[in-house]
Order: sequence, then C-alpha cells, then structure tokens
Amino acid sequence: MSNSQQFCTFVLQGMLFGTPVTRVQEVILQRPMTPVPLAPHVVRGLINLRGQIVMVLDLRRQLGFPDFAAGQSPVHLVVHTCNGPVSLLVDDIGNVLELDKEILQRPPETLRGFSREVLRGVYQLPEGLLLELDIDRVVDLWDLKKSLAQNHVGPESNDSANAVAMHKRGE
Amino acid sequence: MGRTLDGIWVATCTAMMVSTLLRRVMDEIVKEFLIESSDNLDRLDQELVKLESEPTSKELLASIFRTIHTIKGSCGFLGFPRLEKLAHTAEGLLARLRDGDLALTQPITNALLGVVDAVRQMLRAIESSGQDGSEDYAALIERLGELQQPLSRESTTPSEPDVSSTASLAEKTQATGPPQVSPPPKTSDRAHPECDAVIVKSAETRDSAEEKLAHASSPTAGGEIIRVAVHLVDRLLNLVGELVLARNQLLQFQNRASDAGFQAVCQRTNLITTELQEQVMKARMQPMENIWNKFPRTVRDLALNCGKEVQLELEGQETELDRTVLEAIRDPLMHLVRNAIDHGIETPETRKKAGKNPAGVVRLRALHQGGQVNIEVIDDGAGLNRERIRKRAIEHGIVSPQQAGSMADRDLFQLIFLSGFSTAEKVTKVSGRGVGMDVVRAGVEKIGGGIDVQSADGKGTSIKIRIPLTLAIIPALMVASGGECFAIPQANVLELVRLESADGLETVHGAPVYRLRGRLLPLVYLNRELQMDRGEAAETAGSAVNLAVLQADGREFGLVVDTILDTQEIVVKPLSQQLKGLNAYSGATILGDGRIALILDIPGLAQRALMVSDSREQLAKAKAFAQEVNAGREALLLVECGLRSRMAIPISLVSRLEEFPVTAIELAGTQEVIQYRGQIMPIVRLTRVLSGVEARAEAATACLKVVVSGESGGSVGLVVDKILDIVDEYPSIENPSRRRGVLGSCVIQKRVTEMLDVPGLVADMGAGRLESLPR
Repeated sequence: MSNSQQFCTFVLQGMLFGTPVTRVQEVILQRPMTPVPLAPHVVRGLINLRGQIVMVLDLRRQLGFPDFAAGQSPVHLVVHTCNGPVSLLVDDIGNVLELDKEILQRPPETLRGFSREVLRGVYQLPEGLLLELDIDRVVDLWDLKKSLAQNHVGPESNDSANAVAMHKRGE
Repeated sequence: MGRTLDGIWVATCTAMMVSTLLRRVMDEIVKEFLIESSDNLDRLDQELVKLESEPTSKELLASIFRTIHTIKGSCGFLGFPRLEKLAHTAEGLLARLRDGDLALTQPITNALLGVVDAVRQMLRAIESSGQDGSEDYAALIERLGELQQPLSRESTTPSEPDVSSTASLAEKTQATGPPQVSPPPKTSDRAHPECDAVIVKSAETRDSAEEKLAHASSPTAGGEIIRVAVHLVDRLLNLVGELVLARNQLLQFQNRASDAGFQAVCQRTNLITTELQEQVMKARMQPMENIWNKFPRTVRDLALNCGKEVQLELEGQETELDRTVLEAIRDPLMHLVRNAIDHGIETPETRKKAGKNPAGVVRLRALHQGGQVNIEVIDDGAGLNRERIRKRAIEHGIVSPQQAGSMADRDLFQLIFLSGFSTAEKVTKVSGRGVGMDVVRAGVEKIGGGIDVQSADGKGTSIKIRIPLTLAIIPALMVASGGECFAIPQANVLELVRLESADGLETVHGAPVYRLRGRLLPLVYLNRELQMDRGEAAETAGSAVNLAVLQADGREFGLVVDTILDTQEIVVKPLSQQLKGLNAYSGATILGDGRIALILDIPGLAQRALMVSDSREQLAKAKAFAQEVNAGREALLLVECGLRSRMAIPISLVSRLEEFPVTAIELAGTQEVIQYRGQIMPIVRLTRVLSGVEARAEAATACLKVVVSGESGGSVGLVVDKILDIVDEYPSIENPSRRRGVLGSCVIQKRVTEMLDVPGLVADMGAGRLESLPR
C-alpha cells in the first residue's frame, strides 16, 4: 500500500494528466469569473468559493496549448498551494486512479522547456500515458512572472515555452 | 516557593522523560514559556512604572516579585543559566523591597527596568537560537547587587529563594502547581507564537483597566481568556460573510412562501446570522490598551533622556479596534508621543518660568465617534511655533512670503507633515531629523485615516487622528469601467463630477486634463490604465463623462470611469500574493449577488499613471519658480509652438524677439546655429524638442520667429511658431510636468499654458542632450 498513491486525473488537449488527490480540494463546474486586468495572461480571473476569493489559472495557457474553444466549458480543479487554494482550468475531469509509484518514469529526454519543468514524470497505463503535474511549479510565482513578461512583450503565442525562452530578458 | 512556579507542563514533562519524546516536548515547553514570559514582561514594564508613583504598594510589589520569580523558576528548569542568574539577582533585590529593607529609588527602578530589557533580549535569543545568548549582563547583575548593599544584613533574608533547589522545583509543583491559564501546547508550526495569536475575551471581562491588572496578576483568575490563532478568526469571519449571503437568498424565498412555519424559521435564521456576524467582528477587536500598555515605560525613558518631567495620562483604553488597525497605528502613535515629549513639552525650568507645573502632561485619548475611532495625542507644552513653520516653509520654497503670511493655521500646521520638514532647531537622539511626521501621515492614510493638528501658543498641541474601526469592512465607491465593477476606498474620494459632454476636457501634449474650479486636474482613464479593450464609448466626444476626483499621496487626479454606481460597505478580502504585485489592486470584495469586485489601489494607480514620486522634485522646482514669478512681479511672454500648444516664458529671461530667414541657419557639428550680433548663437526648435514632432516643411523663404534668451555670449535662440501675447498674470503652476523643458502647466487667459523651463533647456543643450539634427 505504501508504494501506491491515489491520483486525481484530468484531461487537457486530449492528454491525461494527474496530481495526487491529497493536493485537490474540490472540483467545481463553471461559475461567474471576474477578470483581473493587467494580470498575467495565464490568470483568467477570480471566483468566489464560499466567501473565499480564489485565483483561476488557465492550465492550457500555462502549458502552452491552444486556448479553450468557444462554447467549451472548462472545469475548475481547485488545488491546495502554500498561498491558499488556486483553481486550475482543465478540459475535463477523469477518474481517481490508484497507481504504483514504481511505474513512474522520468519525462522523456526529448521534452524541453516549460512542459518539462512542470512534469514530475510519466505513468504507463494500459490505456495510455498519465503525466503527473507538479502543482507547485505550475502555480509558481516565478513562472507567473515569466508569463507576465511574455504578456508584456507580445501577442499570445501557442508555444509559451518557446516564447518564454525567447523573452527571458529579466524585465 | 514552588507554589507559584509555572509548572504544570514542566511537571508533566518530568514524568515523560522518554528520550525521543523529550526533545519535542521541551520545544513545546520552551515555546509556551516564551509566549508567557513575553506577556509577563509587558506587565512588568507597566507595574514597575506604576510602582514608581506608588512605591509603597505591597500588592504591586508582590505581583512584580511573583512574575520575576516565575521566570526564574521556569528558566532554571529549562536550562538557561544566564537568564536564571539575572532573574535570581533581580528577585533578591525585589525581596528586599518587598520586605521593606529597601526603599524604592529611581536607580533601583532603572536597574529593574534594565533587567526587563535584558530578559527580553535573552528571550529573543532563545527564540532564534534556542540558547539564552552569549551576553551574561555581568555589569547589570553587579549593579543589582550594589543596590542591595546599603541596608544589607549579615544573613540572607529568609524569603530569598535558594537557587540550588530549582532542580527539585518540578516535583514540588507537581503537587501544588496552580491551575494554569495557558492552553495545551499545540503541535502547529507557528513560527512567531506571540504575534500570531489574538486574545479572545468573554464579554464579562470587559472591566476597568485596574481590575484587569489585578486580574492578570492573580494566577488563579484564568479561564475566561483563551488564545485563538488569528487565521481561525479570519476563517470564521469569511464563513459568516458567506452565511450572510445565503441568508439574503433565503429571505428572498421567504417573501414568496406562504408557509407560516417557514417564515418563522427564516426570521430566526436572520436574527441569529446578524448576531453571529456582530460577535465574530467583535472577536477580532482588541482594546487600545494592548498597544498603550507599552507607552508608560517608553514615556518614562524618553522623559529621562530629554531631561523633562512628563506625566502620561491614558483615556479610553477600553476603546476597541480591529487588530490590523491597531497594529498599523502603533508606530505613528509612538512617533507622535515621542514628538510631544521631545518638542512639545518644555524643560522643567522653562515651564516654571512660564508659570506652569514643571511636570508636563501628555494625554492619549481614544474614543468611538460616528463609526470611526478618534485618537488624540495632547500635550500641554509650548505649542507649534507658527513663525518657525512659516520661515521653514519659505526657505523650502513651498510657499511665498505673502502666502505664508495669509495662511490659515490649519493649512500652516499641515505643512509639518511634508517630507523633510522639521522645525526642530537641533537634531536630538529622539527626533528632529525631518523624517517622521510625513511617515506618520502616510501610516495613518494607508489605513484610510486622517490627521489634524491644533495648537495654541504656550498652551500645547493636540494631534487628532481619525481612523476606521476596522480594515475588514470599509466604505467604498463602486464604479464600472470596461464592463467590470470596481471598488474605490471612500477615503481616497474627494468628489464626483459629471460632465454632460467631453468638450470640457483639454489636453496638454496628449495628457488629458480637466479644469476644476480654476485648478488643472490630470485625468486618468481607468479602462486605458487597466488596458481593458471595451469601454471606448466613454471617450467619444459628446457623451457624458464621469469623473471621480481622487487623492493619493498628496496628489489629486480625476479618474474617468464609465458609470458611477453607489457607495457600499464592503468586506475586504486579500488577493493572492502574485496579484498584489501588480500594484493596481489592494484587495477584492464579494458583492451582494456573489460576484467579485476588485478594490483599486489608488496610490498604486496614481503611481502607475502619474509618476507621483518623480514629480515631487518637480513640484518643489515649480513652486520655487512660481514664487520667483510672484516676488519679481514680472510678465510672461506667450508663444505658440506645435499644434495649438501654448507656452509661457518669463519676460526676464527674454532679451529680444527676432526673425531670421531659414537660410541663415548654419551647422556647427550637429547643432543648428545662427550668426547673431557677432556671436554664434545656438538655436532650439521648441516644437521638435518638446513634442518630438517635426515642424512643417519650411520654404526657403520662410522666416523663423526666434525668442532670444540670455545675454550676449551665452544667448540661445528659441524657435517658436507664433508670438502670441505678453500678459501680466501671475498664475500658480499646478501640474508639475515630467517632460524635459517644461516646468508645469497653468491657466492663462483661460487657456491651458505650459511654463517653459529655459535654464533647463539651455543646460540640456550644453550637455548635448537635445537632438537638433537638421535635415
């Protein structure tokens, strides 16, 4: 038992991601969101979670995927961070899986840039691969700053990883 | 003697001498010891100062003795030998005082207060390193020993405690240890236990200060006060806020339902919710005395330091304030008290000469008034010296001598809050360096408060601070811009202006301004500032414009928004750290319908839009200039350069007006020059320099209108488009400019006109900073 861990899985751009269930506070459906002008591109806004104000990060933007399609209703995955709860917008939510830690493998060497930074590793499942996301890295202030710089420098890019690398000028 | 030892945890610990457990338990005990001792030390400070005025009070002495003894006992057990030794010596001295062998003198009080400070420092060392520091305070211990000498007896007094027995204290306490006030040690990882806890009191304990003191010093009177972590109270407040929203929804249902039973339940829920909200708000409140209890000690030390006699009177200690407000007001208040003693109260000799009581009085008064708390710092000293303030203000170029003479007291006294403004003739250790009052004002304004000064010559000064009860709920103006709702703290709002059309708005080189009763008000468009795409409608000419006139950091500006909604009491919720860094929002709030509105950080916004900090220097310069203009009673030359842009040049700087053919311009390096009266005169094309716009293509036959400034040899030609007029107006420059070559703008002949900074331009040209490259 000690070698296995429960994962909350979710889907983004057709890929299966996961994070330990202990990090997940709750999953909620679409609710009114207040945008924050001047905030970095990845910050979609604020939501009211039972009286608590929670920042919403667009995981598609943070991982450099194309934006959510119009009409698509993303799901809020509210996770615990050291700065209180943060909501991550994902395409859809999956099952809770119990996985053996031993089948965790390092991300492939060919993976570069930002995606590599935020992935802890890959689990091989019969039906496909599950990518474990490092929540702390995803919501890291530093990454936000980088995307802030990107936001200032130019129009949105589909590959934020490259854009970040290009614009890493320390402004 | 073991009876009074804080021993319940100590005792349980001895029973649990299991090696692995011990370490953790010890840590908990040390933590508990630190919290308790810090409270004890605060009480010691108060009691010692009080003892000075009632040296015979047996009760006070007993209480002081008990506290020191408690500290000694605990640290003996916990293994802090230096701390123990110091406490032990102090205890010896106190024992003699208690037994009447010694009378209390000022040196003794000083030494005892010294002990309190030393213990505090050691506790700090223990908190950071786990050890009681390297300092052994030998001098202090020796001094304490000396003080015991004069009436020493051959044998030690029976009451003097025996150090060697401390090891066995624990066992003794096990049987007789009094019930302790302290809660069981928590396993939470709080780093600073003292500052992380709030005292929650039951309603019955709201008694007078004296009772409290007695109350606190009797070890059996606990039980009515518990320590609760602040975040727990905050969380409660959050949930209550949510409950209020749910209640509101419920009440809407109630209106539709006809079931009498349901109606009754709704009614009760409504009442309970309201009550609950009030009580939770109260739980966050703390009495003024929580910060005031540190003042008697500070005042005593300061007065001794300055060679003055000062009596401190505290009034309204029970006035309750939100904990965050209380924290924020502590330093400003301390500063005002310091000022009152150092500058306000005169020396005893001076006071005697003036027929006053040699001992001055500093009175602190707090009271609730109209949803706000008023705190007054009153001294009966010399009062503010109006003449000296006037003199300093004129020296600093803030006002002209004429203005200074006609200034109202209220305005005059406000000058002392300007940065760098000190009227103290000498810098003392305590104050007088010119920093301070501005910090006080900034501190008070930061929490949405205001500050007022009253002073009567020879009678004293009264400084009144008005602060909100709480920062958790503030009055705010709700506005909409770009389709979103924003809250502006009411403290920043001066007035609201609605213009039926945008025609009243003018621009100074692209910077929008509005003339508000003859003053120029820089405008900031909220939607542009926040880079929101929508909301263009407000800017199209013809439609109405809504302005909120705001002030921040001593500057005023108009914020243009789409709609002004209403004012509300809003509950302030913090934003995540990442968003705070944007410097545009101070928090967020949840509206009645559950939506979120961002609270605008007005000083932050002003800084973004107006460069407040940069312009301070310019302001001083502009004021100095205005003063020069006023003093010299000189006229201004009005010129036009660039598109509809009017500039003014003081006549004293103009030597001649000339016209030259374009062909007369020659080049010296990259600098355009003209031969003029046997000299080579450099020329500056104002349009190009000031707006960066290239002048219209010049025909070879065209004439250049040139304002020659400066005397022969050092003269400069300023190329303008048109000479307009010479006027005799003496405007005050209002909006210091951040552009090179411009001092600021003012209203002349009912038009916005910019004041040219000729010396600045010449200096820039000399340094090659102006690009005058011709085609």
